[in-house]
Amino acid sequence: MIRALKTAMGRAPIGDPLDTVSDKPLAVRGLTVSYGDKPAVFSLDMTVNDGSMTAIIGPNGAGKSTTLKAVLGIVPRLSGVVSVFGQPLAKSRPRIAYVPQRASVDWDFPTRVIDVVLMGLVRELGLLRPVRDRHRKHAFECLDRVGMRDFAERQIGQLSGGQQQRVFLARALAQGADLYLLDEPFAGVDAATERAIIDVLKSLRADGRTVVAVHHDLSTVRDYFDHVMIINVHKVAEGPVAEAFSEENLQRAYGGRLAANLMDQLQLGGH
Amino acid sequence: MGTSILLDALTLQLGYNAKLVAIGAALLGIAAGASGTFLFLRKRALVSDAISHATLPGVGLAFLVMAAFGGDGRHLVGLLLGAALTAGAGLLAMHWLTRRTRLAEDAAIGAVLSVFFGFGVVLLTVIQTVSVGRPAGLEDFLLGATAGMLYQDAVLITVAGALAVLVVWLLRRPMTMVAFDAGFAAASGVNVRRVDLAMMGLVLAVTIIGLKMVGLVLIVALLIIPPVTARFWTNRSDRVVIIAGVFGGLSGFIGAAISATAPSLPTGPIIVLTAFVLFVVSMLFAPGRGVLAAWMRHRRQQRRIHLRQGLLAIAQDLPIYERYTLQLLVRAGLARADGVPTELGRRRAEKACRDESRWAVARRMHSHESAVSRYDGLLPIEDVLTRDEIREIDRQIADAGGECA
Repeated sequence: MIRALKTAMGRAPIGDPLDTVSDKPLAVRGLTVSYGDKPAVFSLDMTVNDGSMTAIIGPNGAGKSTTLKAVLGIVPRLSGVVSVFGQPLAKSRPRIAYVPQRASVDWDFPTRVIDVVLMGLVRELGLLRPVRDRHRKHAFECLDRVGMRDFAERQIGQLSGGQQQRVFLARALAQGADLYLLDEPFAGVDAATERAIIDVLKSLRADGRTVVAVHHDLSTVRDYFDHVMIINVHKVAEGPVAEAFSEENLQRAYGGRLAANLMDQLQLGGH
Repeated sequence: MGTSILLDALTLQLGYNAKLVAIGAALLGIAAGASGTFLFLRKRALVSDAISHATLPGVGLAFLVMAAFGGDGRHLVGLLLGAALTAGAGLLAMHWLTRRTRLAEDAAIGAVLSVFFGFGVVLLTVIQTVSVGRPAGLEDFLLGATAGMLYQDAVLITVAGALAVLVVWLLRRPMTMVAFDAGFAAASGVNVRRVDLAMMGLVLAVTIIGLKMVGLVLIVALLIIPPVTARFWTNRSDRVVIIAGVFGGLSGFIGAAISATAPSLPTGPIIVLTAFVLFVVSMLFAPGRGVLAAWMRHRRQQRRIHLRQGLLAIAQDLPIYERYTLQLLVRAGLARADGVPTELGRRRAEKACRDESRWAVARRMHSHESAVSRYDGLLPIEDVLTRDEIREIDRQIADAGGECA
């Protein structure tokens, strides 16, 4: 079985043998991605535990979003293996939900909120199966969970930034996944939206789902997440927030120059 | 007299050839409008321009090959096959340039378009000077010609056009997903490259079948103008596809009919101009996104803002300075002509004041920009913000102490 898995993934893992962690929601070994000549992510190892909430943090251009995209196969990886619940990506896709960066799409696109959420059901609907009442009902429930049921018929261009982010989250909820990968879900949203999103994410964790989010606001890492992964092209630290989210590790990732500023931020939000 | 000819043409009573052309053009327009929609939504409209210009060397090469094998070189299916081959090559070249070099797509389009077209022009010139076969009529592929349209040509357009529409219908979901959010589509397991390829293949097919009638220079218009026109009428992508098909079909049919009324009117350009007229009419008069509707919204907003300002003045016991404001208040039964508010006016003023302080908070809050930008003076805040967002705002108002200034 394990041998078959390794063959399917095409290449022997670097670092820890993958089979020791192969049942984890997400295990990454030796992931390298390069745009042009310069690696954006270099030989990254990452292990995400069942039912955990992990923040991926790091300075701008550290390869946080790229890591997510490479895990999902959206950008090609130069090397490395990814296993999701012990299976290669091709087999485990139905168990993954993805929330891209809000700014990555054109919000003047001619579509309604409900249609965007229904896109989360693409695997179930396939090419031609008609959208039935139960699909719509499911989509409405997902909108309800993010407080957007009343907005189902709106054209997406009429939404505020926070509402757009909620719609993206509702679409991911519609996917009904076990592993949620979110790219900057709190970027540029209002306080109410931030609270609505974190409530949803925490309820997912309570249901035993696993959440991994690229995160930019260091002051909320301790409140929102239980695990953290600090990267700056290379991995700097990984582990429970209490251990890995340390001043020393942040210094190493963000560099001494910015550190004073960041420490101030942490004082504001810290305990 | 002119109108009666046009009427005859529109009701398909102007002879066999005119009838063929009108029906063929309508079907071509439907296929082009529906296929072009996804290219437009994917923001790659200009790719179609490169594809169409890359057909010309194929026409020349196919002619040479067929002439070399002893034919007269003008067999339509052969010429179109050649056109499809070089158009496909152009598409691959563009794809390669954008993926493997640092060139942006617009630069790749420009390079492929001009080089392939230039090569095609050279080929046609050579063919004309060495006088192999019977090249008369090859230049028709540039701007289109319908004079010699045959029954087989109409059948070709019908079959290929119907196939294109069928493919659009089959692939509508993945194509919409890729056009809206390629990253999410890829993460959900949609093969984005293959969907893109299908999108381009559709455009290529429509270009090829439209080559004879509309010509390679103008076929782009038939692919792009109908979707752009349709966008004025709806905010739903599935409807954009259908409306674009209808507009494309109408443009083809009406354009062909007009050009049939006089011998000197070229069909392709008239079809494109018809599409353009539909575009202008839609741009001006479409509800919602049209220019006129936008202007009327602006006027209404002006009225609403005056009313709101009047109500706020009432709420704060300030005099109303602007005559227009007072006129509006009186007309709405909110104030008497001397400026004293009515009972209804007082109640509305109170509500306006509460809303206004909510909006004031919303305006200060990060990321309500697009909701705030829709604020037109009377828009109830519960229309644009969720309940918990409003609760958050009310909490902030309470923190600041007090509801109304």
